[in-house]
Amino acid sequence: MQERLLAIADDELVLGWRNSEWTGIAPVLEEDVAFSSIAQNEIGHARALYQLLSDDADALALDRAPEEYRCAPLVQLRLVPDWARTIARHVLYEAADELRIERLKSSDDRAVAGLAAKIDREEVYHRLHAQMWADRLRNEPRYREALDELWPYAVAMLDHDQRPELVARFDRHVPSNTVLRSLERGVLVEDWPALWDEMTMVRRSVAGATW
Amino acid sequence: MIFEVFRRERKGQAFEHAGSVAAPDLAFAEAYAHEQYGRRGESAALWVVPRDAIHEIDDFPDELGRNYHRVDGYSLKVKLAEARERAGTTAGDR
Repeated sequence: MQERLLAIADDELVLGWRNSEWTGIAPVLEEDVAFSSIAQNEIGHARALYQLLSDDADALALDRAPEEYRCAPLVQLRLVPDWARTIARHVLYEAADELRIERLKSSDDRAVAGLAAKIDREEVYHRLHAQMWADRLRNEPRYREALDELWPYAVAMLDHDQRPELVARFDRHVPSNTVLRSLERGVLVEDWPALWDEMTMVRRSVAGATW
Repeated sequence: MIFEVFRRERKGQAFEHAGSVAAPDLAFAEAYAHEQYGRRGESAALWVVPRDAIHEIDDFPDELGRNYHRVDGYSLKVKLAEARERAGTTAGDR
């Protein structure tokens, strides 16, 4: 369970970080505010999960070596300035995330179940946001290509036993095991080291400082 | 398209104009209004209305100065004070 929570926390932290890269450069101002707010929510969820796992959430979030992070390759990808791919990731991630949060909600651990329910109430709006963009871009070739490209990443992000649910929801093919293994949690993609470097830069600049 | 957003701070209170959002359709307008006027817990409910749906009336001529049509037409307070003075009583005497 600890490992699963850490994986979700890392996903939320890193996706929040990636989405926040759109702050100030989103295609329209309203979207800039909305997407930044979603990014902030994701980081908030990460914070709450880290706090469940440790008395020092900051250390857990920011003091690990790059190879110790458990975030899925899907969230590691740097997608700015490609809005179509960003929305494709948003749509796929929110769908996969919904499945695993739903499972956490029925956890025997009341603290976990309670937090999952709380997170889910915010995620409802992320899903609505993702859905309205999906509806709007549905027939755009660039968006469709992005969905094809990122689909295996989304499947690989989930635990094995939850993958069929995602496949059924999107009515898409199951990626090959070779592909899935190359995109699973624990794999670090090319874009990751630079993100880690920037994300932990200030913490590392004055190691051990109290802020 | 511009949508006007009205906000109710607490249940039972009146909706007040909060501002507006620019959005391509109602679904986007609802999402943007939710983020702009609801994410800090400052609203219990929102109304999102296309600006075109709002009919403004701002023409209220009063050519003949008929102030008796208005609630502030007569200053009752002054008249009441004068009457009390004549009768030799004050508001607190009763």
